[in-house]
Amino acid sequence: MNAELQMTSDAYDVAALRRDFPILARKVHGKPLVYLDNAASAQKPKPVLDAMRNFTTSEYANVHRGVHYLSGAATERYEQARRRVQRFLNAAREDEIIFTKGGTEAINLVAASFVAPRIEPGDEIVLSIMEHHSNIVPWHFLRERQGAVLKWVEVSDLGELDPADVARAITPRTRLVAISHMSNVLGTKTALGEIVRLAHAKNVPVLADGCQGAVHGTVDVQDLDVDFYALTGHKLYGPTGIGVLYGKRAHLKTMRPYQGGGEMIREVTRANVTYADAPMRFEAGTPPIVQTVGLAAALDYLDSVGRERSAAHEMTLARAATRRLKELNGIRIIGEAHDKGPIISFEAIGIHAHDLATILDREGVAVRGGHHCAQPLMERFNVAGTARASFALYNTLEEVDALIAAVGEARKVFG
Amino acid sequence: MDENLRELYQEIILDHSRHPRHFGALGAANHVAEGHNPLCGDRVKVYLQVDDKGRIADVSFEGRGCAISVASASLMTEMLKGRTIEDAETLMGGFLDMVKGENVGGLKGDDRELLEVMAGVSAFPMRVKCATLAWHAMKAALENEGVARTE
Repeated sequence: MNAELQMTSDAYDVAALRRDFPILARKVHGKPLVYLDNAASAQKPKPVLDAMRNFTTSEYANVHRGVHYLSGAATERYEQARRRVQRFLNAAREDEIIFTKGGTEAINLVAASFVAPRIEPGDEIVLSIMEHHSNIVPWHFLRERQGAVLKWVEVSDLGELDPADVARAITPRTRLVAISHMSNVLGTKTALGEIVRLAHAKNVPVLADGCQGAVHGTVDVQDLDVDFYALTGHKLYGPTGIGVLYGKRAHLKTMRPYQGGGEMIREVTRANVTYADAPMRFEAGTPPIVQTVGLAAALDYLDSVGRERSAAHEMTLARAATRRLKELNGIRIIGEAHDKGPIISFEAIGIHAHDLATILDREGVAVRGGHHCAQPLMERFNVAGTARASFALYNTLEEVDALIAAVGEARKVFG
Repeated sequence: MDENLRELYQEIILDHSRHPRHFGALGAANHVAEGHNPLCGDRVKVYLQVDDKGRIADVSFEGRGCAISVASASLMTEMLKGRTIEDAETLMGGFLDMVKGENVGGLKGDDRELLEVMAGVSAFPMRVKCATLAWHAMKAALENEGVARTE
């Protein structure tokens, strides 16, 4: 082996990374845990847990309020986290980063504050058939309440989304294109930059659901030129209860507040109220302060591993698992896009996804079984549900072996 | 394979799931309800023909779901035919207690013997709702509710 190759393989020390995640050492039903439900939520490394604990035990107070020492210290950490996210997404300005309680709230914020005021009956939202319910239901709200029309863009049998199909769905009445950066079911990576270019050519803004896309590889919102980008912390090895909405400054300036409360105001009188500018305008009430510190630590952790390197490792595992699943008879992979992330949905013919997930669970293998909050997509592929194995930076080839063996066990049960 | 799993997916359960009894719509039904589990997408529709003496003259179901929910629905239809509404409710109570791992005192004799094949579900709390879906639909049908949901 030449020196360069040696260095590359030495450099990704998955055994060492696994020691950073205490939960990975536990057993389930007497078997070593094989955690392959990362697309639902990722496990947390010690640096994230330590950062939250240290902050809570030494610097905690409410933010943007008091004049006392701790309030200043906590505010500084909170705003540091905002700058950390700005750097993670390569946003142009820190005030383009809004903290939310998750990806769902980020999308709902755009729906309520940016899109809803622009909707007349008959106006359209363009979205793909492979969206997660969190990027569907807020648009259904606008359909129910304001007469918006949802225009669905189909995917191919491989699960690919053609940007030209998105462009064709856009009409003069289109107010927003809402598209996932990576499907949580099929693993498909969308050509987001191209979609944005085509939409902008027709003066239509684009919101990207980055809850999966941000986890596997780098994201540059300026290069993508995307108008809004939503992500969640808990899939990024961070805590629950924290998400991010990136929004272009030019849009945020035009947007009405989302929730009303403390911190989002400039002045309140008996007769009137004026609002703070973004991002505070959209962060009513006490924010998830400890969680922002945890999120910043998670982004540091991910960058210390190397986002491109962890993504490459995950794809090595996903390709091996896909190949070996296909070697078994009676397994149908759902989603074989050319450009995809480490998410594998599959169906074992004759075995319901929940029976499969139950049997895998008894082998210590945690996968998701069901519709994955993407019912329109299940209907498109004519399945009631799938089993889904999704890989993270700490998974191993031995765990792929365990997955394949467990699927074999299930097939024995159902003969 | 572990014992709990063997108990859950025993041959009779697999047989009912592969070859469900009384499967299909029932034209003469006078009580119908759907059961839907929105979390897993399982759907079952239960048809009952109740005569004027309050006896279940005929019963059937249709739908799709996991092995546990289909087997449970199939077993249920086998048990209910010819029984009174009162019997059906007693059976359901006993069955629910059993799959939740509570006492099985509500089930007697042959009923207990026939339904005990489902007792393995109690070791899988996440799957109890699969086993109870058709039973809730049956109750909703008798009460003319139309829809039952388990979540």
